[in-house]
Amino acid sequence: MNLFIYDQTFEGLLTIIHDAIEMNIEPDKIISTKYFQDDLFATKYNISTDPYKFDKLWNKIKEKSNEQNCQRIFKAFLSELPDIEITIYDYIKLIIETPYNIEVNFSEDCVIKINNAQKKVGRESQRVLMFVRFQKTIDDIYYASFDPKYNVIPLTVSHFRNRFADQKWVIFDTRRKFGYYYDLENVREITIGKQKVSFESGKVNNDILHMSEKLFQKLWKSYYETINIKERKNIKVHMQFLPKRFWKYLPEKDFKSELILN
Amino acid sequence: MKFETTNKLKILASAAKYDVSCASSGSNRPNKDKGLGNAAPWGICHSFTEDGRCVSLMKLMLTNHCIYDCAYCANRKSNDIQRTTFTVNELVELVIEFYRRNYIEGLFLSSGIIKNPDYTMERMVRVAKELRTMQNYNGYIHLKSIPGASEELQHQAGLYADRLSVNIEIATENNLKMLAPDKNFKSILIPMNTIRDKIIENKEERRKYRYAPRFSPAGQSTQLIIGATPDNDKHILNLAGKLYNSKKLKRVYYSGYIPVNNYDKRLPALNEPPLKRENRLYQADWLFRFYNYSINEIVNDDYPDLDLEIDPKLSYALRNPWLFPVDINKASLGTILRVPGIGVLSAKKIILGRQYSKLRLSNLKKIGVVLKRAKYFILCNELKALTINELLPENVRKIILRENKPLKQFNNAIHKQLNLFTVN
Ligand code: SF4
Repeated sequence: MNLFIYDQTFEGLLTIIHDAIEMNIEPDKIISTKYFQDDLFATKYNISTDPYKFDKLWNKIKEKSNEQNCQRIFKAFLSELPDIEITIYDYIKLIIETPYNIEVNFSEDCVIKINNAQKKVGRESQRVLMFVRFQKTIDDIYYASFDPKYNVIPLTVSHFRNRFADQKWVIFDTRRKFGYYYDLENVREITIGKQKVSFESGKVNNDILHMSEKLFQKLWKSYYETINIKERKNIKVHMQFLPKRFWKYLPEKDFKSELILN
Repeated sequence: MKFETTNKLKILASAAKYDVSCASSGSNRPNKDKGLGNAAPWGICHSFTEDGRCVSLMKLMLTNHCIYDCAYCANRKSNDIQRTTFTVNELVELVIEFYRRNYIEGLFLSSGIIKNPDYTMERMVRVAKELRTMQNYNGYIHLKSIPGASEELQHQAGLYADRLSVNIEIATENNLKMLAPDKNFKSILIPMNTIRDKIIENKEERRKYRYAPRFSPAGQSTQLIIGATPDNDKHILNLAGKLYNSKKLKRVYYSGYIPVNNYDKRLPALNEPPLKRENRLYQADWLFRFYNYSINEIVNDDYPDLDLEIDPKLSYALRNPWLFPVDINKASLGTILRVPGIGVLSAKKIILGRQYSKLRLSNLKKIGVVLKRAKYFILCNELKALTINELLPENVRKIILRENKPLKQFNNAIHKQLNLFTVN
């Protein structure tokens, strides 16, 4: 059994896929250092990440297919689904070995899998754009917590940067404990401590909350409640579109998820 | 922002909530000079109400005072209700503060008529102007044009708004006059024509000078109330068709009538709003806008009303069994699109996928075809199954109805709307 180990990064994954193809060794399993457990009977390939190899393979994929397909692979990677690495390997190998465009050949298993994974990721990142709620702090930073199923915050940064160009903001992934900070010029990756924000409720501590923040949350909540048309009530659809797992960070849902179903 | 604003917000949001249009799509206004906001071309929902509607724009009325007396409207002059009016500043602040917190995509502003159409429209335009020019706000703005307002004001509205709308509400002129004595078709169609012409003119202009200011870049829309009058679906859909074709509307919204003035005997007494019919109308609307059906194929003299039990696409297929079964591996895109259970995306995937190998049922399933429905209408690279021709249409109808979960069917149109902006 051939076991390939990479450092959790996308660059790392492409580096080992580059080597596997180059050495003509079929990996049976690709695993990140985070989940690696020693297996005495496997042949282990522990290859360090190499930007040169990454570029080489990335450009080759671009050349053989297109930019959109590269995006698709990256999104599938962000899904963090079990065994997505080996699927990405199969997919890239197929692209390189097939003379025509394989991305629409839905009779290939890995094509379907990549597509499904990237679709899930796309949908989740769309949900970040929908359900992120900023809380204004005393130093005029707009802060938002999010708890995405997949690692999608990186995909949303450009949207928020374009849209909220004139306000400082932070979007923090409470599951993966990292986030991004926009300071009116640049976006930086950051981590924050638990003291100022509760990872459970996503709320900024009262002592650093802007004076007006509670008022606008209240106004928004009363707007939300007012526009409800009781004659049309349909809780099932409501839950389908606004799944409970998002409620905890929504002021209009009071940041909690009990209330409903009565 | 005072306590009073909270009250105004409640009153004026409640007054505006029956306008179903909430779409924030169709505009791609960029962020200008590092200002606030932009309009995403595909629109974004930021929440969902308990009735499952998308909350994208903040829908408010400038005022619920009104000099008119439309029977179907909660704000009509003869109703004894609490009335109030936003100041321009209050509205601007609400939009900006909500937008900055990512609560909304923008503003949908309508209004009751105070004093006269121009007076009202002028104030609405001031809100939009203030947002665009003083606040450098580039998020979405939808203004509901006031029938009878001057052309100059309509023009200014279009310069600041992403979308304009004039609501027809009632599908026949006689019924409109009966229910809204202060309105007539002319007062609605004139501003519609003006807006259409200006949009076309503006597109020409922008072809020549790229920097010419935009006029209502997301086009115009209207709303029809369903079930307040006896007008049938054939009539409604034909009117919608004309609005799309000759008025170049981007969207026609259908809004199931919700009885707000029970005392008015000109209106029917309904136990519940005709939501299912509303949903079927949206489905029919999709068929002629995206699936190349003609209106006459969907509703005609023999079938003047949509079937409430099954969707219009299935209904068409059952009425025209000789068009089936369709060979998935040979048929054209247009033909495949007419198979119940196959949507636009899956149809395109079929065309792409079949280049490499003949498609089987298992491939179709992976592509996203709803086989439970489609199987009676197709042939693929497998043993022939029983199709509509062997089973007969009435039996297929029965089987599908039995298998269908009512909820799913009911929400089809909403799903489709949602699919528009989910990334594929
Ligand atoms: S014009 Fe008619 S529909 Fe509009 S607010 Fe006045 S009464 Fe209501």
